[in-house]
Amino acid sequence: MYTQAMDTMGKDKDGPKAVRSAEELRLEERFDERIDAGGFIEAKDWMPEHYRKTLVRQISQHAHSEIVGMLPEGNWISRAPTLKRKAILLAKVQDEGGHGLYLYAAAETLGTSRDQMLEALHTGRAKYSSIFNYPTLTWADMGTIGWLVDGAAIMNQVPICRCSYAPYARAMIRICREESFHQRQGYEALLTMMQHGTEAQKAMVQDAVNRWWWPSIMMFGPPDDQSPNSAQSMRWGIKRFTNDELRQKFIDAAVEQAKVLGVTLPDPDLKWNEERQAHDHGAIDWKEFWRVIGGDGPCNRERLGARVKAWDEGAWVRDAALAHARKQSHLKEAA
Amino acid sequence: MSDTTSTEHEWPLWEVFVRSKAGLDHKHCGSLHAPDPKMALQMARDVYTRRQEGVSVWVVRSDQIVASDPGDKDMYFDPAEDKVYRHPTFYVLPKSVDHM
Repeated sequence: MYTQAMDTMGKDKDGPKAVRSAEELRLEERFDERIDAGGFIEAKDWMPEHYRKTLVRQISQHAHSEIVGMLPEGNWISRAPTLKRKAILLAKVQDEGGHGLYLYAAAETLGTSRDQMLEALHTGRAKYSSIFNYPTLTWADMGTIGWLVDGAAIMNQVPICRCSYAPYARAMIRICREESFHQRQGYEALLTMMQHGTEAQKAMVQDAVNRWWWPSIMMFGPPDDQSPNSAQSMRWGIKRFTNDELRQKFIDAAVEQAKVLGVTLPDPDLKWNEERQAHDHGAIDWKEFWRVIGGDGPCNRERLGARVKAWDEGAWVRDAALAHARKQSHLKEAA
Repeated sequence: MSDTTSTEHEWPLWEVFVRSKAGLDHKHCGSLHAPDPKMALQMARDVYTRRQEGVSVWVVRSDQIVASDPGDKDMYFDPAEDKVYRHPTFYVLPKSVDHM
């Protein structure tokens, strides 16, 4: 799961350079032509510095989101109601770890190291999706995350399968192929509670939907008129649809799914607009979004703290494995 | 976190190749960091074949791969462009024997 419209989240002081050499201009022209022709860029190909930076930021933030995204769900692995649900949740969390690894590897092809990226995450310099800074209070949160959060992520991610940067696109194809189960298992878990559950369990589902709805639609990022980097990313084929376009698609799909589920969405202004052939929705609280992105969400400190702790406490294992490998290769050389 | 974040402590990078089923080639599917060959193989299994995507896995140290330079692409591959006689379709034969 879990990319967010990340392009707005970097405070990029150095935008595209103003002064370029003739050679650089020629290369950039060829690069643009290739993008326009729908071509792909590979790791060793020439690319504008700003293209590289934008991608490193977006892919690494996406990777961080997968890794941090394991935490809210990990919270429920030992509390899953049945063995079946536990196995499903474990598989889902394991997928997220895998998706993080595919993405880190894709970012590394751009010349950044894994350790540099992790350091950026651990020191709070790098961002991850705002959604993981909300707490998972009940079992219904697991189903709701699958349905809404993974659903929003899939909506965001499918177009990235055609991203102009090929290693990223290839990672995304693999991720999207594995992702669909995440959303379906969540929806099915909720359906089970709504159709066979007690009144209290049904209320639990409604409560989870009430809490996750707004953060989920924020996952598409700020509205188009406040996304200054969007145009450049669209030009470069990194982004294929605008934040608002994707958000609209998600809302229209979710309204129908909510009906089948038998829950309401917590937005009194949500209604069908015949003229637009789409749903209108109420105002999104962007102040909350920026607050959570900025580090002051309900669980920011806890999430980052858990990551740093896991990394630090695993240091001796990483070092021991490396020391063992070195010793073995010395022994082999000596033999 | 101080000294563990330097690249010196980073596990080496490996490229992973998976044979999806018997009879097919191994195909490159991604990369991963691992301290030694045994761990690399095991982690490749965990990361890249969680849904029976493979029946065999190769791992190769990334720094052991020798690759052509994208800048040399034209020089390297264009010479084959005008050698159309290497393709069977270059030869026009009578219909009755054209299945040859």
